[in-house]
Amino acid sequence: MIGSPLATKTIFTVGSIPITEPVIVTWGLMTALGLGGWLATRSLTVAPSRRQIVFEVIVGTIEDQIRSTMRVEPAPYVPLLGTLFVFILAANWSSLVPGIDPPTAHIETDAALGLIVFFAIIYFGIRARGLRGYLKTFAEPTIVMIPLNLVETFTRTFSLIVRLFGNVMSGVFIIAIILSLAGLLVPIPLMALDLLTGAVQAYIFAILAMVFIGSAATKGRADGSNEKEKP
Amino acid sequence: MNWIEIVSIFSAAMAVSFGAIGPALGEGRAVAAAMDAIARQPEAAGTISRTLFVGLAMIETMAIYCLVIALLILFANPFIH
Repeated sequence: MIGSPLATKTIFTVGSIPITEPVIVTWGLMTALGLGGWLATRSLTVAPSRRQIVFEVIVGTIEDQIRSTMRVEPAPYVPLLGTLFVFILAANWSSLVPGIDPPTAHIETDAALGLIVFFAIIYFGIRARGLRGYLKTFAEPTIVMIPLNLVETFTRTFSLIVRLFGNVMSGVFIIAIILSLAGLLVPIPLMALDLLTGAVQAYIFAILAMVFIGSAATKGRADGSNEKEKP
Repeated sequence: MNWIEIVSIFSAAMAVSFGAIGPALGEGRAVAAAMDAIARQPEAAGTISRTLFVGLAMIETMAIYCLVIALLILFANPFIH
């Protein structure tokens, strides 16, 4: 990836729809994660095996994070937020496989993920408060704030998209530049840093989605913990 | 090479260099404050460093925005065909 970071390579076309490289990688990741989840949950027992304990710890950690960030029972939110976290983590770390660009290094994938969060905020907000109640949150704390709250709804989704795109893309780009300057062994520390950045960005994306959904779905919007996490 | 391309390359360099100043100062202050807090209360080091990493990533996003703008100027400039 040394060309334009905004261009994507078309592999083949179905009818008039071009299928690009990130789409193929995304399909591969979806297959791998889906198969992994199916294999892991195929034979669940009450007395867990060693492998089941590992997966239970992962799910339990995600539930604890949701409980401490949103201050609600995590059950309705675990599928969406957990999948977001696991998918973004897998996508960011897919650069470990030689020849694969992480799909999150292209802005289309990030835009899709951001749109999922955008509509999830509206869905959970309407489900928790009703349509009138959700629309009323735009007039909090006073009616003067309506334009600002409307703008905030879009800008925070946009910053979510650009944050993930910029961080992952810059990591891939820097490694490509270093590779073209000095080949063997020199990029390895930067690749390790890239792994850390990928994990932190996946965590931040999930945490911010939690904060946004929580602020739309739960009462008492101006929670201290919610305000702290905002960008 | 016409004027628009020269100005574009120059302004991309300006965007990254000046855009890095603020986040650099901010990250320095955040790390210094976290070190101070860990020195006072070593038993809270885990929580502090986890929050520090999230905060650093947030601050770093500002520099990343500048990088994105610079790359947009260089690779997706609407005035260069």
